[in-house]
Amino acid sequence: MTRLPTLAAWRAKPFATTAKAGGRLVIVAANAPAEAAGIAPGQALADARALEPGLRVVAADPPADSSALAALADGLTRYTPWVAVDEQGEGGARGALLDITGCAHLFGGEAALLADLIGRLERCGFAARAAVAASAGAAWAIARFAPHDRLVIAPGAEGEALAALPVAALRLPAETAGRLERLGLRRIGALYTLPRAPLARRFGSLVGRRLDQALGRVEEPISPRRPVEPWRLQLAFAEPIAQREDIAAATEYLTAALCRRLAEEMKGARRLVLALYRADGTLARAEIGTSRPVRETKHLMRLFAEKLDGLDVGLGLDLVALSAPVVEPLAASQSGLLAGASEAALPALAALVDRLANRLGASEVRRLVPVASHLPERAQRAAPALASAAAAEAPWRKRRPRPLRLFTRPQPVDAIAPVPDDPPLLFRWRAQLHRIRRADGPERIAGEWWQGGAPAQAEVRDYYRVEDEAGRRFWLYREGLYHPERRPRWFLHGLFA
Amino acid sequence: MSYRHDLVSVEALKSRILALEGAWQGVGRHEEAQPAASLGLEPLDRALPWSGLPTACLHEVSAGAAADGAVAGFAAYLLARLSAAAGRRQSAVLWCAAGDGLYGPGLAAYGLDTHRLILVRGRRQADLLWALEEALRSGALAAVLGEIEEADLTATRRLQLAAEAGRTTALLLRPPGGKPAPSAAVTAWRIAAAPSRAASWGAGLGRERWRLELVRCRGGLPRQWLVEWNDEANRLAVAAEFRDRSVDAPTDARRLAG
Repeated sequence: MTRLPTLAAWRAKPFATTAKAGGRLVIVAANAPAEAAGIAPGQALADARALEPGLRVVAADPPADSSALAALADGLTRYTPWVAVDEQGEGGARGALLDITGCAHLFGGEAALLADLIGRLERCGFAARAAVAASAGAAWAIARFAPHDRLVIAPGAEGEALAALPVAALRLPAETAGRLERLGLRRIGALYTLPRAPLARRFGSLVGRRLDQALGRVEEPISPRRPVEPWRLQLAFAEPIAQREDIAAATEYLTAALCRRLAEEMKGARRLVLALYRADGTLARAEIGTSRPVRETKHLMRLFAEKLDGLDVGLGLDLVALSAPVVEPLAASQSGLLAGASEAALPALAALVDRLANRLGASEVRRLVPVASHLPERAQRAAPALASAAAAEAPWRKRRPRPLRLFTRPQPVDAIAPVPDDPPLLFRWRAQLHRIRRADGPERIAGEWWQGGAPAQAEVRDYYRVEDEAGRRFWLYREGLYHPERRPRWFLHGLFA
Repeated sequence: MSYRHDLVSVEALKSRILALEGAWQGVGRHEEAQPAASLGLEPLDRALPWSGLPTACLHEVSAGAAADGAVAGFAAYLLARLSAAAGRRQSAVLWCAAGDGLYGPGLAAYGLDTHRLILVRGRRQADLLWALEEALRSGALAAVLGEIEEADLTATRRLQLAAEAGRTTALLLRPPGGKPAPSAAVTAWRIAAAPSRAASWGAGLGRERWRLELVRCRGGLPRQWLVEWNDEANRLAVAAEFRDRSVDAPTDARRLAG
């Protein structure tokens, strides 16, 4: 992945990307013909043009490079879930690190996996190099600095394989590598016999650590770009598939297999991710969530069916993987989820809630739960529709009449109340005048000053239940205590039946 | 629940299992013409040909005026009745609307158990209609209510078919001032607040009153009532009945109303 993805016509000609550095244009990356002409990253564009007058250049786009690399790394999860992006690329180009422990035999061995990977990337228009070794450091060095013929290094042979490579292959900063070279330590092999203490004194501990990492003497774990899922199944195709029915059939096959595994371990999935590997090396994802642990293929397939409709499969898919990032125990009893719903009705209800939540969004399907607060707008909150009902069994407080509809933001109204502490005589809301015939109140509700927030929230409110001439009932309040100097502000907070 | 072993017969257990599974319910449903849920008020039930609100079909409730909460109150009351009539097997109800604003303490006052109420918010009318149809067809609910701005004959027909397929009652809440559009609903109601009587202790609010109008009813006649909500007893009562449009009204009642 060290060179530029280019069209076939561009690949044969010298081509490079440039970026501004210190007031001049500098080469950032060059393709093979350009490198053959002597052009190297870091060169000034003017020098490069002198070497190769026919050089084509475009401005480098690091964010686009990063996202392209990330997309490639996602595509590489077909080989192993442990894929990390090597963003810094100290002393060499950026790339991806794959931990293929225990995966190679699935592809016919390490050499076959390597050939498959490079071939696949080349078909997608990338000029790529890759290597297999027992340590990440050695693989990194071989992929970037070794000649082409030996790319699979047997465990234990790292020392010999790395000895002839330049010290820059140890993932050292350019400055450190330069100082080592000035001292005549050009090859990694020259470092093997040096005593560590003087080396550390002159160059810091990094050189020794990198050497140990490359030789596999210390562990260097790879942190994968995406969390590795223990619940994962995949299905590969000899020919790319693009028909919706084929993709649905593959999904159903994987879902059924996953559900069987879940059933064996008495578990259910809360979230499922379908990874669709396109033939061009990129990845599309479809994700579904459920309101309770589920392991019924039919239920899950109905949720996936919605997602598969709008999917861009490009030129087709050659691998489909299904994983369950969130898995929870699914015991036999499911009672107490929703008060009043018997066990017989619950699967149907849960299936419905999941379908609604997957299309409209989980926050759009909910239940009202009481909250112990005397501020009307805080006395309820929205809870997931099928969350455990244990906390929700508390009854609503029924001391005072409360409206059926409550405005999230109280609506300011023009009201006329002649006497302080009396209900208004009339008020205007949405260009309609309401003459008040009867009223109850006031009910004084003090702000929850301990909650902090805006001072307006801490103001005392005097609530009145009023009925207009037509019999419509409203919940009005006056904000703040009565003050002769101040014009009282009235709000409509809710509607009664 | 505990049983004494010597008294439990196999037959009793069998019937209990069948009742739990709902098998008898299912058989009964197919034999009956149309199951109905009582409205909890004898004159209203009597005015309907099914002696109650028929379940598993579509009903429309429209508001009589803007800024009127009465329609939501009546809808909450209907949902509570339908939930109770459906029994434990499918007692959950669903309320679909474009916005929020329903208030739990207020709903609870009309007997609607908010633990059994699922709220669904859909920003677009198409989403709302989709959600209503899915919910009706699932058969997992006692009733499904939708606050819909516009629903044409096709949309209401679809809802009616979905209600039949899922054996679930559908309520459509219409905004005020809408033209009486053709609809596949079995009954159509209009409800508006009416001025209350003064409370017995002074100038305060009395019991709330609604003007309830059965606008259209398949196989029945339009009627109007003035009903009063008794919030202590959690029940409706008829305060007055307008019989001028009714054919079978007894003459003495007409004289009383006139």
